Amino acid sequence: MALGWKRLVKTNNFGYHFVHQFRAVSQISYTRPSKNASFSKLSSEDISYLKRVVTPRGVVEEKEALEPFNTDWIGKYKGNSSIVLKPSSTDQVSKILQYCYEKKLPIVPQGGNTGLVGGSVPVFDEIILNLGNMNRIRDFDNKSGIVTCEAGVVLESLSNFVSEQGYTFPLDLGAKGSCQIGGNLATNAGGTRFLRYGSLHGSTLGLEVVLSNGKVLNMLSSLRKDNTGYHLPHLFIGSEGTLGIITAASICCPKKCRSVHTALLGVDSFDKVTELLVRCKDEVGEILSAFEFMDRNAVELATKLLSHVRDPFSESFPFYVLIETSGSNEHHDMEKLEKFLEYCYSGDLISDAVLAQDQSQMNQLWTLRESMPEAVNRSGKHIFKYDLSIPLEHFYTLVTEMRSRLVEYPCHVVSWGHIGDCNLHLNISSSESNESLSKLIEPYVYEWTCSHGGSISAEHGVGRVKSKYLPMSKDMEAIEWMKQLKQLFDPVGILNPYKIFSQREE
Amino acid sequence: MKVLVTVKRVVDYAVKVRVKPDGSGVDLSNVKMSMNPFCEIAVEEAVRLKESKVASEVIVASVGPSQSSEQIRTALAMGADRGIHVEVEQELPPSVVSRALKFIVLKEKPSLVILGKQAIDDDCNQTGQMLAQILDWPQGTFVSKVKVEGEKVQVTREVDRGLETLELRLPAIITCDLRLNEPRYATLPNIMKAKKKPVEKLGLKDLNCDPLHGIQTLSVFEPHKRQGGNKVESVAELIDKLRNEAKVI
Repeated sequence: MALGWKRLVKTNNFGYHFVHQFRAVSQISYTRPSKNASFSKLSSEDISYLKRVVTPRGVVEEKEALEPFNTDWIGKYKGNSSIVLKPSSTDQVSKILQYCYEKKLPIVPQGGNTGLVGGSVPVFDEIILNLGNMNRIRDFDNKSGIVTCEAGVVLESLSNFVSEQGYTFPLDLGAKGSCQIGGNLATNAGGTRFLRYGSLHGSTLGLEVVLSNGKVLNMLSSLRKDNTGYHLPHLFIGSEGTLGIITAASICCPKKCRSVHTALLGVDSFDKVTELLVRCKDEVGEILSAFEFMDRNAVELATKLLSHVRDPFSESFPFYVLIETSGSNEHHDMEKLEKFLEYCYSGDLISDAVLAQDQSQMNQLWTLRESMPEAVNRSGKHIFKYDLSIPLEHFYTLVTEMRSRLVEYPCHVVSWGHIGDCNLHLNISSSESNESLSKLIEPYVYEWTCSHGGSISAEHGVGRVKSKYLPMSKDMEAIEWMKQLKQLFDPVGILNPYKIFSQREE
Repeated sequence: MKVLVTVKRVVDYAVKVRVKPDGSGVDLSNVKMSMNPFCEIAVEEAVRLKESKVASEVIVASVGPSQSSEQIRTALAMGADRGIHVEVEQELPPSVVSRALKFIVLKEKPSLVILGKQAIDDDCNQTGQMLAQILDWPQGTFVSKVKVEGEKVQVTREVDRGLETLELRLPAIITCDLRLNEPRYATLPNIMKAKKKPVEKLGLKDLNCDPLHGIQTLSVFEPHKRQGGNKVESVAELIDKLRNEAKVI
């Protein structure tokens, strides 16, 4: 799901203010679905009841203060909610939902609001339910590494917390400084550790969820294995807030690796990048923890536009690969990695490489990779972001095709991604809004992806951006069953309305 | 002209250090160790002097445990020509390290010795100055710019009132400040080349250097933890806390 700029967020708790300063101008007119007439309008009675539930500390109503909650990270979508509720307990969430269920008041659940598909902001005037105040770590078991925490804990805080106890949080992504674990779960976020630790479906042992009618479904568990009936928590992971509100989770963390090494490689063709991936799994597979890819255009954009990003090489290469290994023996790991790289170098698989010699060089190499979304944001007012799963054999063809398709337009076509997981982030930015440009891009990108056996959303989710393209990646029968589940869990339809399913199908 | 540059193996600057429970020092087990960042700047400067043909050879020296060879290799991968490793297992203060370096200087006869201004583990900031004293050489400390011209070197120093430029007669000692340069990354071809570069191993005995010094560490402890602040709802609550909790009014 979310990618953001770590540095920016670290220096400012309200990172999004910062971001919107230079993104506010970029409203592309997107068609709005029509408003569901069965919802009630928020009355002053409703407001005073809800305020009592969350206490004055948990309410945001001032127009300016509402702005960052109403606007999504890339500044494309803007809702018009007049109230943000920030409950501080599961009980408060339950009371809010019970009330909204009876009164037919629609709700948008929200975490750090760093999502990239417009899923975390209202379409009209839905109540924003921000989980940011539910930020307690309830329990940590030092023997098993199982952490139980509330939905609003910021990913980076959680990651630092478990790290101090000698464990690694299985999820890491660029927006870690502001995204929250509840949002990460609701969108089934992927990120850079996916390659090593797999999906949140695997690491999450249990959830606490408040259902649309206010009932609390306690499925928190600290058992690694528990085959007693249906595994309900999985339904809510990746449901994008449409089936229930995740208020707490128990997640199993792996032990922290004592020895971590990072290298950036310059590669001169895409075929060599894929070859490198295969060899890398062969030679250092057991310690490999990240295999990230960037193209020259993306790296050039970042080093040109962002003063804190530096290209470690003296010459440029068509492709860059960031490799990270995590193991337990510094010497052994370094020797293995060096040997592997020397082998690739002598076999002409890589043109050059740098190996981080200390932690700050390691951080700098990761900064280059994680600053990509920020660089794109600065490169043009109009941005098209795609998060696609594409089989390795076709992985880069789409990027080259888009470049030649858009050759006559002044725009940047850049790409990077978690190539170890076949996940491509294709980004196109242009300084002027151009109808014919957007028509050349969409729906072509999605059609191309599907005809090559890919998915239109690898990790960002569907949200509002991709709802009309959902049938391209999902069978109609499957969509029908998804809708029935939605109907079962949220019969009134108050949870994150107008998301995932496009109205035409509803 | 030969340039001697020194490097020290220290706890990586990004690591949060922990004090051993018995208070005898910092816990170094399973902690990431790296080259002292100021030494990295010194190596970079020496390599740049070689690239601009001012220096003919860059020798890197380290006084430290056997694993310090990793930091010497890093310096060689950055572009130094050969290494000298004085192997000592115990931790030594600048007074001993500078004496060991003196013997290396007498043996190698460099025209310029470049050091980091201080090591980030003990923050002593003494080795360069002591070495200049015992060699009776001119010294330029906290240097942010270096220019070698013939038999002289011009250095710019960052001092409280601004920038100060000094001219030193060679041979001389220079200690580097943070803004002198931005060190390069070690690239794979250079790491491979570095493995073939010679590193001479010596003991303090080979240098006729006495490890005795008059310093004894009595105890090491962490700074007291700062208590987190908290918000109060009203003036009355504030006064109550000031009176009954903080007991200041």
